Amino acid sequence: MTTTIANQHPRPPAQPPSLRAKRLPRYAAPAIALAAVVVAAAIVYGAGIGGPVLVVVLAALLHLAGLFAASNAVEGRRSARNRTWSALIHSAFVLAALPLASVVWTLVSKGVERLDGDFFGTSMNNIGARDPNGGAYHAIVGTLEQVGIAALITVPLGILCAIYVVEYGRGRFAFAIRFFVDVMTGIPSIVAGLFVLAFWVLVVSPVFNDGRPGFSGFAAALALSVLMLPTVVRSTEEMLRLVPAPLREGAYALGVPKWKTILRVVLPTALPGIVTGVMLAVARAAGETAPVLLVAGGGAAINFNPFEDNQSSLALFVYQQAGDASRYAPARAWTAALTLVALVLVLTVAAKLLARRNRLGR
Amino acid sequence: MGETPSRSADAGTGGIRVASGQERPAGAPARVAESPVSTRTPGGDGLGGGGGLPRARAFGAERAFRGLTLAAGTTVLVIIAAIAGFLIAKAVPALRADTANFWTYEGWSPNDTTPRFGIGTLAFGTVLSSALALLIAVPVALGIALFLSHYAPRRLGTALGFLIDLLAAVPSVVFGLWGRDVFVAPVRDLSAWLNQYFGWIPIFGGDGPFGKSIMLGSLVLAIMVLPIVTSLSREVFLQTPTANEEAALALGATRWEMIRTAVLPYGRPGIIAAVMLGLGRALGETIALAMTLGITFGVSFNLIENGGNTIAANIANAFGEANDTGRGALIASGLVLFTITLIVNITARAIVHRRREFTESAA
Repeated sequence: MTTTIANQHPRPPAQPPSLRAKRLPRYAAPAIALAAVVVAAAIVYGAGIGGPVLVVVLAALLHLAGLFAASNAVEGRRSARNRTWSALIHSAFVLAALPLASVVWTLVSKGVERLDGDFFGTSMNNIGARDPNGGAYHAIVGTLEQVGIAALITVPLGILCAIYVVEYGRGRFAFAIRFFVDVMTGIPSIVAGLFVLAFWVLVVSPVFNDGRPGFSGFAAALALSVLMLPTVVRSTEEMLRLVPAPLREGAYALGVPKWKTILRVVLPTALPGIVTGVMLAVARAAGETAPVLLVAGGGAAINFNPFEDNQSSLALFVYQQAGDASRYAPARAWTAALTLVALVLVLTVAAKLLARRNRLGR
Repeated sequence: MGETPSRSADAGTGGIRVASGQERPAGAPARVAESPVSTRTPGGDGLGGGGGLPRARAFGAERAFRGLTLAAGTTVLVIIAAIAGFLIAKAVPALRADTANFWTYEGWSPNDTTPRFGIGTLAFGTVLSSALALLIAVPVALGIALFLSHYAPRRLGTALGFLIDLLAAVPSVVFGLWGRDVFVAPVRDLSAWLNQYFGWIPIFGGDGPFGKSIMLGSLVLAIMVLPIVTSLSREVFLQTPTANEEAALALGATRWEMIRTAVLPYGRPGIIAAVMLGLGRALGETIALAMTLGITFGVSFNLIENGGNTIAANIANAFGEANDTGRGALIASGLVLFTITLIVNITARAIVHRRREFTESAA
């Protein structure tokens, strides 16, 4: 709904030239740009203070100044400002696109180096500094288990919480819950990790574990669910609010109790949106490194049991391989990063596409 | 009952729709139609005039379900309280054992027999790197958001907006790896150049080595925060009432004047919220900074020499060899970080709540 209306942004109408006092000719901007490059190159190489990068930066600044001066002289101050800001906004886009494109390019070009069956089929167990093979099987297992358990914890809890806030909650208490859900969105992942460290690993789990701190995949799942919960609650809440009231009223009119209305009418209607929110939360949790580092410990061997012993995850694998001194480690780190990004992006894209098909819309 | 007269038009729903009614006139009629219908309270506790309805049972499925949702809602409050409680409980013994001043001591050696550690340098590094990152990222992000919402062709804007949303989902460890392996080279060159020509300014002084510096950390952080701030503020800019924009243009405003007089004032609370959320993200960022900063302890404004440290990066780096007191000390530093981010977040939420409901999809 938003998009259809928001897309109709008005463009300044093209006015016939006769009504305008004076405009810069169309070739003015490229001409100024060319002059700026020439002048910048002359200054930089003449004074010997830098290379091509400095030429580009200086040329961009000169272009802005020249454009402003020319437009100011011919078209007046307001138009000059308009042109300068427009140029600045366009250059902001170029400026940001460069590093982001570099990230994507590096990720793909360095990531394909180790993209082989060995990488996905073996763990890092007994892989020394001189071994070029080794893989991330254990890390992939860890990521899937941790994120899966976290989703199992978060989804029912988050949906119930959202139902309370939207359907039942009133007054101060419901407001407090909404407010703290919002606040919880901003909890740093490392603090969630420390919380689970202090709560589960050091206090609760030693009870079952002969007093030893129990680093495990389950602890990581707990930390991830602390991070996922607010996202799930928020998105579910938004979706529940979008369910049209007549649907509910129809159910009430037929004598259906409120709880059944919520479970049978409201939730199914909002389901696609809720699934989208859950998938986005899962995607974000899968990329978290810090909590897993603190409470799962990371290990080199395959460990299918999330409740005992150290487990690794893809993000943690990237971090650990990046810190490894072996000359084969960076390639493994980049391939794991590529795998991780692929996993996260597939989830995100699927979620966004699902959101687009959502009948309730946003 | 008093403030919220009916359940289907409860406070939140009404608030959103009233606020957004101005922006989306098309949606308004449907919403107007439903509010008078829902003033009656079906089911639940109020039986209204229906004397023939069955009485509410004391222990029915309705009560059970309601109790279940209430318990889930309470869990959120419990988790927040538990985070604060457990962190404090674990931090206090370590703070007692600290033989140096926790606030001012410049160093981190909690594993010694006489533990000495201080949060001052770490907190300084956290605030400095986040502030620099936002200083770089926010103008660029707002520029991109304006480009996508008001300058680019519509299809291009939508496609690139989608791309930006995807970039916001890229895990931080990837940015950290890129910063450490790839981006460090250009930053090192830039640092050397700045040092050569602007070395007389203290922040660019020093005599190397350059590279894994506050500057690298802040730039990587800025690149990470950029998609988040962009996608949030783009959403806000797109919601500017078309009538305001048309009115500005009709009065003869140029495109920039239209943006300055109609779009930016309307989006200000949203921009502030987006920036604060970005700040929260930057303050808590761990792995990317642990990989790009050259870990040192000391308060220095020098941006280009190897060095810099933050609370979160220190936790990731020092956790491996921490003993019991060491863990406690790290938890204490996490508590400080938690407090800082909590203050930032509550401020952001207060600003947002004051004006209107602001929904974020990237967070």
